[in-house]
Amino acid sequence: MSTQQSRASARYMIAPATVLLLAWMLVPLCMTLYYSFRRYRLLTPERTGWVGFRNYESFLTNPAFIDAFFNTLILVVGVLVITVVLGVLLALLLDQPMFGQGIVRVLVIAPFFVMPTVSALVWKNMFMNPVNGLFAYGAKAVGLQPYDFLSQAPLASIIGIVSWQWLPFATLILLTAIQSLDSEQLEAAEMDGAGPLSRFFFIKLPHLSRAITVVILIQTIFLLSIFAEILVTTNGGPGTASTNLTYLVYAQSLLQYDVGRGSAGGVVAIILANIVAIFLMRMIGKNLDA
Amino acid sequence: MARAITPRRKLIVTAAAWSIAILIFFPIFWTILTSFKTEAEAIADPPSLFAFDWTLENYSVVQERSNYFLHFWNSVVLSVGSTLLGLAIAIPAAWSMAFVPGRRTKDVLMWMLSTKMLPSVGVLVPIYLIFRDLGLLDTRIGLVIVLTLINLPIIVWMLYTYFKEIPGEILEAARMDGATLRSEIIYVLTPMAVPGIASTLLLNIILAWNEAFWTLNLTAAKAAPLTAFIASYSSPEGLFYAKLSAASTMAIAPILIMGWFSQKQLVRGLTFGAVK
Repeated sequence: MSTQQSRASARYMIAPATVLLLAWMLVPLCMTLYYSFRRYRLLTPERTGWVGFRNYESFLTNPAFIDAFFNTLILVVGVLVITVVLGVLLALLLDQPMFGQGIVRVLVIAPFFVMPTVSALVWKNMFMNPVNGLFAYGAKAVGLQPYDFLSQAPLASIIGIVSWQWLPFATLILLTAIQSLDSEQLEAAEMDGAGPLSRFFFIKLPHLSRAITVVILIQTIFLLSIFAEILVTTNGGPGTASTNLTYLVYAQSLLQYDVGRGSAGGVVAIILANIVAIFLMRMIGKNLDA
Repeated sequence: MARAITPRRKLIVTAAAWSIAILIFFPIFWTILTSFKTEAEAIADPPSLFAFDWTLENYSVVQERSNYFLHFWNSVVLSVGSTLLGLAIAIPAAWSMAFVPGRRTKDVLMWMLSTKMLPSVGVLVPIYLIFRDLGLLDTRIGLVIVLTLINLPIIVWMLYTYFKEIPGEILEAARMDGATLRSEIIYVLTPMAVPGIASTLLLNIILAWNEAFWTLNLTAAKAAPLTAFIASYSSPEGLFYAKLSAASTMAIAPILIMGWFSQKQLVRGLTFGAVK
């Protein structure tokens, strides 16, 4: 259907989006690379020069980097496991006939629309605070010592907050996928004597695999760059107990004013994200037909 | 279904689902409730559920003390502005990719998706320096540009999956009847594309409203949207739970309502059309 002329005009129509995205990607990327090999501190901007790999060396040998690396991993994997497992279970439940399904859906999806700074602050103060938080009241009511979540288990607490934000997303997508399952297939399996467990493992779960892939892909994109939740709850602390890579690079560049080292950290973050991305794109490429 | 659903089973499912839903929603409910309490009642032990003196005082305090409406307006300008700008750039691109696909179309789409994988923090330093040198730090125009660019891939993908469903034969028929490219777009395509564009608009306003990396790092006071405004409540001063709750309620209410309306589009939009 496409003529020579419509092909040419198609190219013009794609151009602005592609050129802008390309520029948005390449210009800062090249600048990050450039700065990562330079000495550049905002407090002493007159001292400049090439420093080779020294910025990388000091970023990578900093013990904070190893901590941040593993914290990032634990944060992403932890939230993924919690949201996917609970999401599947919740989706199975919500798929059953019940009264008031519409309202239940509305209540379950709500946390997804709460902005990160709000949910982090609400959880930090009104629930996890060891003096006035609701959890502390609960503990005192049954005679237990209140637990200081954010200083004694900062990373686990942040995983909890982030899971609360993303569980609705996983549930909603998995529910949509379950509802598209052909009920005749389930009936046939039931007539052949398949129990509820084998119906789940041999029919429902395989049907959900594509949706689960998508949930993992999208969530990983967002979870790798978690920032606001850490900034307003723990500031990465105590020590580096809840610092992820995103927060570490932010702290190096905008809190310690070391542009060179921050840039080196940025490049490291990009490389690590790319390793994850290649892996994920291969997965989605198989599962997703554009 | 072959199997009859017993009323007993339905009741059990209902009870379980409602309990879980209420549990998940509880933090939001508690925030809204606390916003109507006085500061003393907000930390009362044991906490009271409904038996307290309802007050609207916190809302006026929040407005007076930190100029809520300025930040609310910033959020509106940033989210709506960046979404409209994004649509203007993305509609032609998605249109031509859906109707005049070339050999490279799939590659271009995949590449656009892959730009979302570039961690924001990797380009934080240069963007910060560029903004500082151009005087764009803490300006609305600067943030509109950034938010447009970070959401552009999602906008293109969403529109593409919607446009893809418009049958190409209709366009051919219109062309046979002598429609020009212009009238084809205005009279045939636009009416069929409006629902898809509307849901893309809605979803991207939500995403931009809640974006909290660039808004926190590139604004200070003047251009700060609600995400950054709320972050200023992270250093507690005296009793502040009720005020924090009022500020939070005002920050999430508009988007919560919009979000409930866009549930269906959300799945499709955020999964790039893979789950419908």
